[in-house]
Amino acid sequence: MIGPDSELTPDQPSLLARAPWWLVALALAGVLLGWRVSTDDLWREIAARLASGLGVTLLVTAIAFPLALALGLASALALVSPHPVRRQVATLYVQVVRGLPVLVQIFIVAFVLVPLGVEVVRALGSLLAPLLGAENPFAGLRASEVPMVTRVVAALAFAYGAFEAETLRGGLTSLARGQAEAARALGLSRGQALRHVLLPQTFRRVLPTLGNDLICLLKDSALVSVLGVRDITQEARLYQSATFRYSESLVLLAFFYLSLTLLVALAVRALEHRLRRHAA
Amino acid sequence: MPPETAPVLEARGLVKRYGTLVALDGVSLAIHPGRVTAILGPSGSGKSTLLRCLNFLVRPEGGEVRLDGVFSDLDQARALDAHRARVGMVFQQFNLFPHLRVRENVALAPRVVRRLGPAAANTLAERHLARVGLADKADAFPGELSGGQQQRAAIARALAMEPAVLLCDEPTSALDPELTGEVLTVLRQLAAERVTMVVVTHDVAFARAAAQEVVFMDAGRIVEQGPAEQVLDAPVSERARRFFGREAVS
Repeated sequence: MIGPDSELTPDQPSLLARAPWWLVALALAGVLLGWRVSTDDLWREIAARLASGLGVTLLVTAIAFPLALALGLASALALVSPHPVRRQVATLYVQVVRGLPVLVQIFIVAFVLVPLGVEVVRALGSLLAPLLGAENPFAGLRASEVPMVTRVVAALAFAYGAFEAETLRGGLTSLARGQAEAARALGLSRGQALRHVLLPQTFRRVLPTLGNDLICLLKDSALVSVLGVRDITQEARLYQSATFRYSESLVLLAFFYLSLTLLVALAVRALEHRLRRHAA
Repeated sequence: MPPETAPVLEARGLVKRYGTLVALDGVSLAIHPGRVTAILGPSGSGKSTLLRCLNFLVRPEGGEVRLDGVFSDLDQARALDAHRARVGMVFQQFNLFPHLRVRENVALAPRVVRRLGPAAANTLAERHLARVGLADKADAFPGELSGGQQQRAAIARALAMEPAVLLCDEPTSALDPELTGEVLTVLRQLAAERVTMVVVTHDVAFARAAAQEVVFMDAGRIVEQGPAEQVLDAPVSERARRFFGREAVS
């Protein structure tokens, strides 16, 4: 949108100029790679190896993102709350978590917070269970029993929740003040106004940013490999350390990530387009 | 002549300050059922603040508001919501919900607040849209309507709650001159149907045509109030005489 006047109101470009050539180029590369995989045993073996980690990559992303959204939504509502304590707590969370590298957060959650949490649960159990006349059901609970993949999902949700909080807060406060006023003037409660009037509009507004964050999260799911969780990155690293074949496995690894992120990007675009066709 | 009925909405001694500015300086006002009250006055005289205190979009610092004689407690969220559900509001900027179709804009509050079923709420919405001449725009989105149509839809949205009083905050000020007519026509028609209204307006001609009561405000106070023809044509106060200018002097 930035440019001289003639660019601000451009003529409708020709079909040739509008066609997604970038996608065509990528698809062509994909076809070439696919041909290589289907004709070459070595490439096929590596592809199959990576594909075995695909489920973990998708699962980590598919669980961590909704959790991050829920956490972000709760924090965003706290950030715009008239309640000062809620605002302070949410601000603390956002500022601290946003300021730490995701990798560092994964280590902290996996090796400090999860063992600490297990200790707390066990202590609470031994404290409360006798009151109910029961054995402490958590007596045998050990931190080592919490799978690494669970720790990583918790860490990613925690980390991305802070970003979603800022995104959603920004979207909420960008709505015209009259929207909340009109909703409240009709007798809707604060919660009803949020649910029926403010949040639907906020989500439409921040959808491109949410899509961006989902793509980032999908990529950051590769960090699970530092804890030995066997996602596609970990499978590639294991293959490399056994065979010292780097280029083939890295090309395929990049292809796997690109296919996933492009799918997400196109899906978000389609959703955006559908929503825009409605409300002006 | 003061009507004999009890007021449906009554404000007593409303006070509102913004910093050092006194927006409302002890304003009392009684709204009687079936009558149209026009609030006039120069910019910054507190007209809109008064209107917004009547449904608590602005929280008054002093005074009270009674609906059907019942005091509405500002500190009880439920009482506030219930009060607002019975006091309709039409805004200068329409404030339709852009993500909902016109029908859903009108049906939302009946469905969510009055808990009507979807079918009943839609029927109700269509009835009120027909009332403002927008039956054929029920499926449109607000962005597809002209300003005048948007304001009429906003009026239908307020009416669908079947409010005891309809507050209108400069309902035509955001419209092109050629679009004000259709909105004023609807408001005059509602006045003829005996809908109780309080209209903040700059439009003296509309006040003359539609209002029975006129309130003239200046500097956060009601300077003069009474029957429309008296306040508009023969104002007693010097301030009102100057405001209504030529008309009053001649």
